Amino acid sequence: MKKSIKRYRMFLITLFLIALLTLFNRKLGLTALSITGNSIKEMLLVIPPIFILLGLLDVWVPRETMIKYMGENSGLKGVLLAIFIGSAAAGPLYGAFPVAAVFMKKGVKFMNILIFLGAWSTTKIPMFLFEMAALGRTFAIARLLIDIPGIIIIAFILSKLVYKNEVEELYENAKTIN
Amino acid sequence: MDSYIFYSLATILLIFSFFKDKKKTKKALKKAWKAFENILPEFLVVILLVGLLLAILNPQTISKIIGSESGWFGVLLAAIIGSITMIPGFVAFPTAAILLQNGAGHMQIAAFVSTLMMVGIVTLPVEIKYFGKKISILRNILAFFFSFIVALIIGMVVI
Repeated sequence: MKKSIKRYRMFLITLFLIALLTLFNRKLGLTALSITGNSIKEMLLVIPPIFILLGLLDVWVPRETMIKYMGENSGLKGVLLAIFIGSAAAGPLYGAFPVAAVFMKKGVKFMNILIFLGAWSTTKIPMFLFEMAALGRTFAIARLLIDIPGIIIIAFILSKLVYKNEVEELYENAKTIN
Repeated sequence: MDSYIFYSLATILLIFSFFKDKKKTKKALKKAWKAFENILPEFLVVILLVGLLLAILNPQTISKIIGSESGWFGVLLAAIIGSITMIPGFVAFPTAAILLQNGAGHMQIAAFVSTLMMVGIVTLPVEIKYFGKKISILRNILAFFFSFIVALIIGMVVI
């Protein structure tokens, strides 16, 4: 009980501050709370299947298989798979982090995880359709064409900027998270 | 729309898994719950902060500061606004369309959309939990600057 209060301390403080704000500026506070309510609804709609799929992946797919397809020596196959899985995903960026943790546990190459993260953040297929409808074909296609090399370059730079032992530490950490 | 696909996929695989091995399925569900509960406290803080930010930054306020004549300064502002807000895509794109109609420029919108999706300042605590401080901060900085390249090219392509 004590432990969970400590973990949710920041949440309780934030909630308290927004409640306080509502006393002074009723309209702003209530708008903030109603947007929060909508986000929670969205979260509950999108998140559960992602986590269930994650759990199943963790239990059923052996580490060797993941290493073969997305590990150190997976080459182009690993890069393409990372882009595909990231692009097919649904939900906001924070949904990608637990998936990345399972990938770490399963021995996926760090650069492929970074590419996956980039793809999840910006080249999602369902979002692309939305973008085309809202902002026009030229805008959406141009952005997609810049984004694909962009996320690979960002992943490449990032993987060069971190030391091997830092990556190893992250992979160790991932084991304790899930 | 795509959440239906995910629910169907998760349900089918779950049933399949259950018939194949009940114990393993139970373990998978336990893991799923643990992974979820693990980031729930950070999630909740993020969601509250996003609610507050969106309440302050409504479409009218945003299009006022990133009009098409605002140039690179407007692009910078748009990139900053995109970095601190976090809106789901199916709200973001219609919002971006409204901003365009209200006088925002294409370059500025490109920067806004790009940082909106790739840079997450409010989600940084969650990201750090998985990727550590160094990588998370570097990734966000790189994505921030990348958005200017996106803005530049969109500015040249879309008239």
